[in-house]
Amino acid sequence: MEFLKATNIVKQFANHLALDKVDITVPEKSIFGLLGPNGAGKTTLIRIINQITAPDSGSILINGQALKSEDVHRIGYLPEERGLYKKMKVGEQALYLVQLKGIKKQDALRKLKYWFEKFEIQGWWDKKVEELSKGMAQKIQFITTILHEPQLLIFDEPFSGFDPINANLVKQEILNLRDKGATIIFSTHNMSSVEELCDHIALINVGKNILDGSIHDIRNKYKADTYQVIYRGDSTRLKDALHNRVSFSEEPVSGDETKVYLKKLNGSSTRELIEIMNPLVDIVSFNEVVPNMNDIFIRAVEETKTQDKAQ
Amino acid sequence: MNKIGLIIRREFLSRVKKKSFIIMTILAPILFAGLMIVPGLMATMGDKEEKVIAVIDETNILDGVFHNDDHLSFEYIDNSSLGDIKDSFKESGYYAILFIPTNILTVERVQLYSDKQTTIGVNTHISSDLNRFFEKIRLQQENVPIDILERVKSNVKVETKQWTSTGEEKSSSAGLASGIGYGAGFLIYFFIFMYGAQVMRGVMEEKSSRIVEVIVSSVKPFQLMMGKVVGVALVGLTQFLLWIILTLVLIMGAQMLLVGDSGSSSSQEIAQSVMESRTGGTMQELDISELEQVFQDISGAIESVPVGLLIGSFLFFFLGGYLLYASLFAAIGSAVDNETDTQQFMLPITIPLILGIFVMINAMQAPHAPLAFWFSIIPLTSPIVMMVRIPFGVPAWELALSASLLILCFLGTIWLAGKIYRTGILMYGKKVNYAELWKWIRYKN
Repeated sequence: MEFLKATNIVKQFANHLALDKVDITVPEKSIFGLLGPNGAGKTTLIRIINQITAPDSGSILINGQALKSEDVHRIGYLPEERGLYKKMKVGEQALYLVQLKGIKKQDALRKLKYWFEKFEIQGWWDKKVEELSKGMAQKIQFITTILHEPQLLIFDEPFSGFDPINANLVKQEILNLRDKGATIIFSTHNMSSVEELCDHIALINVGKNILDGSIHDIRNKYKADTYQVIYRGDSTRLKDALHNRVSFSEEPVSGDETKVYLKKLNGSSTRELIEIMNPLVDIVSFNEVVPNMNDIFIRAVEETKTQDKAQ
Repeated sequence: MNKIGLIIRREFLSRVKKKSFIIMTILAPILFAGLMIVPGLMATMGDKEEKVIAVIDETNILDGVFHNDDHLSFEYIDNSSLGDIKDSFKESGYYAILFIPTNILTVERVQLYSDKQTTIGVNTHISSDLNRFFEKIRLQQENVPIDILERVKSNVKVETKQWTSTGEEKSSSAGLASGIGYGAGFLIYFFIFMYGAQVMRGVMEEKSSRIVEVIVSSVKPFQLMMGKVVGVALVGLTQFLLWIILTLVLIMGAQMLLVGDSGSSSSQEIAQSVMESRTGGTMQELDISELEQVFQDISGAIESVPVGLLIGSFLFFFLGGYLLYASLFAAIGSAVDNETDTQQFMLPITIPLILGIFVMINAMQAPHAPLAFWFSIIPLTSPIVMMVRIPFGVPAWELALSASLLILCFLGTIWLAGKIYRTGILMYGKKVNYAELWKWIRYKN
């Protein structure tokens, strides 16, 4: 069941088309990666979902209902360009931001207390924001984004400015939130965290959706029948035995092991390959190469570029 | 509490709690009150001691020329030389020694010796007595009889009367009318600039600290802008109200202090002493009944000024002018990344305001001339210029026209500013010019 469905979103700015008929479907209670190079239109799409700007055409449904202005209370948004009032005290400010999300003062205080304790930052309540480090301020922003327990959370580069320990803390919280039933849209350029966290992704480039689906499907789709094999033994005989079945490329490694990449040429099965190899060399490992998100990202974006040129 | 209320509250409290606000709020009334009280205070309290001046008159013709008053008396010393008195000056208890040389009539110069700096009051007392003496002597030398001298003294004053629509005559005061108008107009000018700039800086702060996108994901940009504009307006009104109250309290406190000291309950006494101190003691010649007349005239004139209308229209034009300009200031703040970029957009705001001040000064001389009329109708200058015209009497239709145009205009600028603001707050690192602003205005959303 999808939680958010954006259909045919078009947004035209004076000099360029920021979004050109973009569709995304965010499944319920999952983490959805919204990816794309700089200037692809991610922020514009996120702002449209947050009703900061309105699309020129297209529709957005939340739980099957058209997006309406009260829905801002159901959304928590941590923008990439984020900050706090420097001269305001931390507690006062957190309270203000949370109240703007429609939480009553008493509830807000109680919940803030809980989260401040959880993140071990009770001592900051009366400090001014300008006294905090960037990472500290990021924690406050994270708390104020999730405090009203929104059904939809949108994180734009949530880990920037965090040290590895705190980044991990936040990552755990994001996973917790999903497990508790929140739907999360996660936008980042850090592909390893996409692999770690996301269930589904959409890749946007120059205002168009060029790739979407579950991470698993996408990675399988980008598989190229390539296997990484590490073995000990004589490479020449192996090459001769396999030469019409696979293309062979060797990668240097230290020690007596050899690492090669085999790309199947004519539909040989993996079993056949292993049967041929096994008597000849001592196989250490045999893995199918599944492309990582970084490669997929680059390939997908490059492909659309060459397509654009061809047209 | 609804969201715009929350925003107004934050904007208001964060400014009112600032040290600079508290200091400004306390210092300004002390300054105002000081300007009104200190001269009087100095006159009544500063010169309490009896001063005795020893006069050595080598000409022997100045007997009785110097008059004594409460604080200053003159003692003629006949048989001592200047040197002797100087030697025994400490023990004698004299304040100063006035030495009148024999050739005074030709050189017109006397010497006042003292071991401390003599006050201006004492100096003017002596010089005015001597001047009068010389005047008399010279006129006598020209054979003018003394009684003519007394008769030619004159003190003409102009009493102004104003008709009302019912044909009733009222005392009025052109000076007072223009004073009040000028004060009100100038205050509006000052407040628009001061608080408009605060709105602009607030918007820029939100933009540069990158909090704005967080906030507009919870509230509409227009709500954020209006919350700020209204919050700052309340700060302005609060400061204004506190200034009035504190100034009044300070003046009343000082009056009680003064009255208690001089053992007199008349406030005219204080006013008199203020005047005395300003004119350097020559006020004694104006007798008290004349002074009372002056005060009666002033209070009569105050009655002739429509106080209710003045206060009402001050509040209206203050708020109207502020809303008109503050929303434009907010739009500018949203369009730029830092203070230096504001210059190019400030010009169109500054010019009508400064023009307003110029026309206002002109309108004090000619409140019903076409120049004053048109500028008090045009919304960009009307808050300033209309205020100076109101004490002189403005037809109701003109007020109504000016007021409704102002309302229309500020609704227009708020709408326009909202459009620029909405796009501007999320735009970073872009050099913005007027063409760009025009594009933003035309964006649908």
